[in-house]
Amino acid sequence: MIDAVLVMNTQGKPRLAKFYKSLSPVKQQEIVRKVYTGLSSRAEHFCNFVEADEIFGAGTKLVYKHFATLYFVFVIDSGESELGILDLIQVFVETLDSIFKNVCELDIVFNFNKVNTVLDEIVMGGQVVETNSTEIVKSVQEIFK
Amino acid sequence: MSFTTMEQLKTIGRELAMGSQGVWGSSKEFLELVKTIGEAKSKAEEERIVLAEIESLKRRIQEPDVPRKKMKEYIMRLVYVEMLGHDASFGYIHAVKMTHDDNLLLKRSGYLAVTLFLNEDHDLIILIINTIQKDLKSDNYLVCCAALTAVCRLINEETIPAVLPQIVELLNHQKELVRKKAVMALHRFFQRSPSTVSHLFPAFQERLCDRDPSVMSAVLCALYDMILVNVKPFKHLVASLVSILKQAVEHRLPKSYDYHRTPAPFVQIKLLKILALLGTGDKAASENMFNVLGDILKRSDSTSNIGNAILYECVRTLTSIYTNPRLLQNAAEITAKFLKSDNHNLKYMGIDALGRLIKITPECAENHQLAVIDCLEDPDDTLKRKTLDLLYKMTKANNVEVIVERMVEYIRNISDNHYKTEISSRVIELAERYAPSNQWFIQTMNQVFEIAGDLVPQKVAHDLMRLIAEGAGEEDEDADSHLRSSAVQAYLQILKEPKLPSILLQVISWVLGEYGIADGSHSAEFIIGKLCDIVATRPGDDKLKGYVVSAITKICAFEKAAGQTVDLIPECVSFIEELYASHSTDLQQRIYEFHAVLKLDRDTIASILPMDASCEDIEVDKDLSFLNSFVESALANGSRPYLSDNERRGMGAMTTLASNNDAGTSSLLRFQPYEKPSIPEPAAALVTASHYSQDAIDQHDIYSSTITVSTSSRAPESSSNDGTRLKLEGVQKKWGRPTYTPEAQVPKNPINISDSVKVSSSAAGKEASSRNSSAPPYTERKQPSQEISAEKKKLAASLFGSKAGETKAKPAAKLQQNGTSKKAPAKPTSPPAPAPAPPPADLLDLSDSLPQIPSVDPVDQLADLISVDSSAATSTTSLVEQVLDAGKVATKGPSPQASLQKDSVSRQVGVTPSGGTNPDLFKDLFG
Repeated sequence: MIDAVLVMNTQGKPRLAKFYKSLSPVKQQEIVRKVYTGLSSRAEHFCNFVEADEIFGAGTKLVYKHFATLYFVFVIDSGESELGILDLIQVFVETLDSIFKNVCELDIVFNFNKVNTVLDEIVMGGQVVETNSTEIVKSVQEIFK
Repeated sequence: MSFTTMEQLKTIGRELAMGSQGVWGSSKEFLELVKTIGEAKSKAEEERIVLAEIESLKRRIQEPDVPRKKMKEYIMRLVYVEMLGHDASFGYIHAVKMTHDDNLLLKRSGYLAVTLFLNEDHDLIILIINTIQKDLKSDNYLVCCAALTAVCRLINEETIPAVLPQIVELLNHQKELVRKKAVMALHRFFQRSPSTVSHLFPAFQERLCDRDPSVMSAVLCALYDMILVNVKPFKHLVASLVSILKQAVEHRLPKSYDYHRTPAPFVQIKLLKILALLGTGDKAASENMFNVLGDILKRSDSTSNIGNAILYECVRTLTSIYTNPRLLQNAAEITAKFLKSDNHNLKYMGIDALGRLIKITPECAENHQLAVIDCLEDPDDTLKRKTLDLLYKMTKANNVEVIVERMVEYIRNISDNHYKTEISSRVIELAERYAPSNQWFIQTMNQVFEIAGDLVPQKVAHDLMRLIAEGAGEEDEDADSHLRSSAVQAYLQILKEPKLPSILLQVISWVLGEYGIADGSHSAEFIIGKLCDIVATRPGDDKLKGYVVSAITKICAFEKAAGQTVDLIPECVSFIEELYASHSTDLQQRIYEFHAVLKLDRDTIASILPMDASCEDIEVDKDLSFLNSFVESALANGSRPYLSDNERRGMGAMTTLASNNDAGTSSLLRFQPYEKPSIPEPAAALVTASHYSQDAIDQHDIYSSTITVSTSSRAPESSSNDGTRLKLEGVQKKWGRPTYTPEAQVPKNPINISDSVKVSSSAAGKEASSRNSSAPPYTERKQPSQEISAEKKKLAASLFGSKAGETKAKPAAKLQQNGTSKKAPAKPTSPPAPAPAPPPADLLDLSDSLPQIPSVDPVDQLADLISVDSSAATSTTSLVEQVLDAGKVATKGPSPQASLQKDSVSRQVGVTPSGGTNPDLFKDLFG
């Protein structure tokens, strides 16, 4: 399952933090910080996975992708496919891109509500529900009609 | 920083322009807030800005009649503030209120805020349950969806029953979006509390045949988790799942499920994961899968990321289920491709896949040695760690030295305690199991202690001390004493380094105490001086002091026994003086013991603290036979014979029956207070147990002090001697036991693993050394490239060692020797696969032509049965039953030839892959 979805900028400011497990706000902050330190030191060509046993418990991994000023991070356990999630991040970003027409960091800050709706259409309760970008755009537009 | 701020400013300009569009635009204030936070030069400034924002929100949110749109914005700002790490709990109630709103967007915003703010046990949840219940019944499917999303986050075990009936109802909702989300919500409940939804398993399986594939794929997520918990109830689904996978692979799902032209990759991956679980250790189920797995290996596109994701998953499934040699061969090829890739992600997956493969075919690691070494030396930490993982799995006696060296090097360079602990425990495990020599083992342990220090469990220290004490466990005393003096030498060297961890110092103290002066090259004064230095580096460490005092005691005793006089150096004297008044009773006791020992005469000392006897067995005379003469003389003098507790109870019972006076008094005995023990002068007391017993004052006393001896543990860390036992008789008595030195307790340790490990490690050691001398260096027959550095080749040779034949034989021999040793990681667990010759019964055929596909594909047969009778296809008879019976029907099916023909017809007619949702999609499958 997916334990959390985080979007943060390259300075470590969280832009979206969604946890699918109950965690106290303090713990959430700590996780965001730890994830950021884990990622910021990694070079561009390194692999997109980081083992996160210490942050999230045994067997968990961070799968992340770096776009311009943002990191998109999915925290997963062994029930998900690392490479698959990498493509799911792509789906997420592509969807945001088609909704916001050339998405940038501030779109995500100001349209928090909408970004969350997009994510809710893709991931629900820690499970992937939809992977088709067009379908997601369709249902999000339906909601915001 | 300034660059990104510029970027942000630019986009803010764009945002302002967009702001006028209304719906998306947030208010100017929010823009301002984000902008100022973005420009904040320090954390403190940011803090100030956010606190000011919180104050203003607090004020405004409580104003009467805030317009609903405005309120929504306030709440979003609260979410933003909380995401930055500040408390926004004052606004939670307003978010809860917003969920009651009739406007869908506002309601959704309310739900969103609530799911982000509250966890499932928050008090406010109770106020939302009612709203959720109402929304689940709403006519507007979007409202239903919003409520279902909220349910996943907000409902806890106690509140599940409140919403469960509505959600079960939604499983049959006309919109597939709602059905899908209802499945997800139920899945969530299963994770929370499996018992609440266990009665719904049939309903889940029914949804597997939903006419919309997206609902089916939602069910797969739930199935995976359920099967993870218990495989048994789902075994019958194998045939259906295989056929779904087959359809996906053959591109028979609607086009909208394609991702980058790969057919339904996410469905494929999930199914492969499920099949891996179902096929584990189940030959029949696995054989069902071989066909489709072979198909996937052939069809998947290895140039795209998602194609590789499927391939990897397939390899993973193949290594979990019952072995099929030919498919494993293909899996190995794919793994090779991953490892050779330049893409770090694929390398990572390749290393992982290789780790799975070598469990079944250990020899396949050899082909990839250079790729593995490349990964090991990669600057990417994730890759390096994964590779160390792999090396750990393939460690054998012949490569343990190189691998352990790598691991030690790795932990030396990281600061992360978590991984330090984990990897050092692996180093210890490998060293214990495969150590080529004791010398090497001690060196390795010293390194681990030095680097990981107090992260290492105490047991490891004890094992190390025991190893030094016991040596090779054979009669070769010379080798043992050489080992010990080299250990002493090594430790004296290590002591020169600053800041050693306590646990290493403990080991050092013990070794110096036991063997410091054994080979005569160091004087007692020198060793005692060193011991005092150890204490000086860690003044507050009582446990360490305990080790040091015992060590000094032993050295003084050895010297005295050898007829020398020991002059304590001033530091030592002051150290000892201090301990007389120590707060630790354990330390006090030790120092009094020390004092007492020093006053004894030479012979007594030699018998209570003999040289090099730490691993002699202690024989506890349970019958107390040495007391016999004392007892006899006491009986002769008219004492009453001793009665055990039980006997006395029995007597008590008899008393009432036979009113026996004697018995009455004997039962009374138990309540008598013990006499005050008389404390003899320490020096006067004779020390060996047998002597002491004759001096004993009365029976009680003997009894109690004997108990003290046999129960009190003298291991330094367990100071089980309580205050009341701090009597000098007891103390001396303990020393009186010839070999009752602290560490002698270790062999009594109930965990015998270390025992066997030791035996095996020494055995392994010999083997390895003999092999090292005889084995030729690795011949590089498979190395592709010429310009590989000699160093790497050397490393490869030492890692992957000699060829498979040899490595196979050796570990097997080793395994026999250490029957009790636990896992043997590189050993195949499933029946070994004969490599080249394909077994005749192999179900898999990789050649593509249709007629060769085994005609026992149950679902195809079912499909054509149904497609012949078109009325059956549209009839609404129970779908589930048919699916679940698919397997049975198949075996009863018509002749393979006919069915194959019909099958191909049905494929052309029934299932043309078309865009959009095909309502008949699974009809050909399930009727």
